[in-house]
Amino acid sequence: MSSPENQPQDAAVELNFNDTELTLGLPGAAKTGSKREFSHTLEASSTSAKSPAQKAQVVGWPPVRASRKSVMKKCKYVKVAVDGAPYLRKVDLEMYQSYDQLLSSLETMFTCLTIWNDLNQKNCERGKNNNGGEYVPTYEDKDGDWMMVGDVPWNMFVESCKRIRLMMSSEEATTGFGARRGSSE
Amino acid sequence: MNYFPDEVLEHVFDYVTSHRDRNAVSLVCKSWYRVERCSRQRVFIGNCYSISPERVIQRFPGLKSLTLKGKPHFADFNLVPHEWGGYVSPWIEALAKSRVGLEELKLKRMVVSDDSLELLSYSFPNFKSLVLVSCEGFTTDGLAAIAANCRLLRDLDLQENEIDDHRGQWLNCFPDSCTSLVSLNIACLKGDINLGALERLVARSPNLKSLKLNRAVPLDTLQRILMRTPQLTDLGTGSFVDEPDSEAYFKLKHTISKCRSITSLCGFLEVSPHCLPAVYPLCSNLTSLNLSYAVGLQGSDLMKLIRHCVKLQRLWILDSIGDDGLCVVACTCKDLQELRVFPSLPFEAGPSPVTERGLVAISVGCPKLHSLLYFCQQMTNAALITVAKNCPNFIRFRLCTLDPTKPDADTMQPLDEGFGAIVQSCRRLRRLSMSGLLTDRVFLYIGMYAEQLEMLSVAFAGESDKGMLYVLNGCKKIRKLEIRDSPFGNMALLNDVGKYETMRSLWMSSCEVTLGACKTLARKMPRLNVEIMNENEVEFNLDDAQKVDRMYLYRSLTGKRKDAPDFVWTL
Repeated sequence: MSSPENQPQDAAVELNFNDTELTLGLPGAAKTGSKREFSHTLEASSTSAKSPAQKAQVVGWPPVRASRKSVMKKCKYVKVAVDGAPYLRKVDLEMYQSYDQLLSSLETMFTCLTIWNDLNQKNCERGKNNNGGEYVPTYEDKDGDWMMVGDVPWNMFVESCKRIRLMMSSEEATTGFGARRGSSE
Repeated sequence: MNYFPDEVLEHVFDYVTSHRDRNAVSLVCKSWYRVERCSRQRVFIGNCYSISPERVIQRFPGLKSLTLKGKPHFADFNLVPHEWGGYVSPWIEALAKSRVGLEELKLKRMVVSDDSLELLSYSFPNFKSLVLVSCEGFTTDGLAAIAANCRLLRDLDLQENEIDDHRGQWLNCFPDSCTSLVSLNIACLKGDINLGALERLVARSPNLKSLKLNRAVPLDTLQRILMRTPQLTDLGTGSFVDEPDSEAYFKLKHTISKCRSITSLCGFLEVSPHCLPAVYPLCSNLTSLNLSYAVGLQGSDLMKLIRHCVKLQRLWILDSIGDDGLCVVACTCKDLQELRVFPSLPFEAGPSPVTERGLVAISVGCPKLHSLLYFCQQMTNAALITVAKNCPNFIRFRLCTLDPTKPDADTMQPLDEGFGAIVQSCRRLRRLSMSGLLTDRVFLYIGMYAEQLEMLSVAFAGESDKGMLYVLNGCKKIRKLEIRDSPFGNMALLNDVGKYETMRSLWMSSCEVTLGACKTLARKMPRLNVEIMNENEVEFNLDDAQKVDRMYLYRSLTGKRKDAPDFVWTL
């Protein structure tokens, strides 16, 4: 499905090419190293102005022991379906802090695809057919409606997302997803 | 001054049990020192680096029970780099070499290896009690050694440790002849355990009074265990999940209702709210309830439960209880002495449902309250002033606003007056931890009024060196001072260097203290270890004007420690 002259959109996502090798790996096998990317992204995305949310993400605040912190952390596993893939995967949304991280992790999981990342539109060459098709990330929310990933703040998304589907879209339909959205945070 | 023979002195000293009192006794005269040291069985070492194990053993040959603390308190919150230290192995090795008949060991914030546990397990034939709190470095293999070799084991109490769980069969290592268990706490183990081995162990432990299970123990196993242990006084459930119409649940309800001795309940690491009514019959006898890990319970579930708990003296709960739930506590738990309200959600997930309103209600309804740990969304001076008036008996008062510099929610003023009221009203206050917007003024109040204060935790507070000076000059009994992210610097640090020998330790991180000042302090006070910790392991920048990331100083008779890692520089 891939053509030799393909340029993977590595400006859009931080992708370790070793991880993208197609394997029949077990679920979660691709996650090695994702923790480090985590913190890189956290640091990279934090702005200099300290909003209350970031102030409190200071190390060691609120002062609770690690054993309590790990209990607080909720697991939020959702199914991920990709059009054309023979089986579904599951991801824990609590593992990620932003849409970028989630989508790059999904891309790693489903290595034969490229996810059209609306949030980094300027880095994508639009209309380009990478690896056989554009995929649009969508999700089913609490009301049962299918929504486009990226519209609401990340935390709201985690709260309301029940399952994810990467929909195959044609080029014409892609151009319809026009205007850039604002920050995902 | 030796009117009495030694045996009489010794007999009298038997009644003197607190460490401080015994320390005081030993200072009276040489013969009292001698009698005291030979008869002392329980020794408490608040900082494992303050003295060498050999000296402890030499002074107290009759040592039977040892308590050791390692890392500084802020290590709990990831402020102390990993590998800092706090190793117990030199202690266990020294004790093993000696003739000390060790029976009890309690460790807090220490690094414990499997080898040490193994050495411990076969070096002391009378070893009875192992309590590990917030420790790390060992695996279930170490526990297997303890189980296998400590024939008289009475207590195995693991509280909030980081244990590498090899999911092995360590419970099977308790021999059939081991029937002496009184207290078993495995709640912090993350992996599966052999349920059959657990049941058999419990079945042959007629003296078992305290049992705290981990997440891997399901409801039906709990039921079978409780059938065997009607004498249990302290129960920590594991997984409390089942269908409400299941047979296991039905049996459990019946079994629990027979456990009339249970006065302390905790656990619920996994819980279905609809299973909770099974424990209602226990509630009216409970004096201690810890639901601080029960993430699966909503405020409404908690309120329903607590309405039954009329005798409660100690309550640890999540903030999901909300202000309304705290009002229920205030109405119901008239004997409440200790309350801890922990945060249940990460900061980004939204505001906490606990505010100053809940605390005021508690102070009105529970006048016996003396220990508080309270994580809340916001606080006001008015509320703190009211609380101070209603509860003058506080010994421990720890307040944490989730936004560390949040001002009074009504007036937008600093919380100086509120905390000032607390220290002025609570003359017996020994421990204080503050948060919210705070200026130097609050420290003025603390220095003026907090005469009994022994431990103070400061974060994101104060405006100048004056703040720290007020505390160091005013609080005569201060022993532990820990400060982070506050603008205190060299002038405050160096004002009275002798003060630090009257204290156990001082921690300052992300403050204004420079390397040069720390060097000066170290030079003037050779019996202090002044440790500087750098962010990364590169060569220390030798510029004296550079601010120091983290400084930890403590009095010590052993000098610079030999096990410090590269990133710790002892001046």
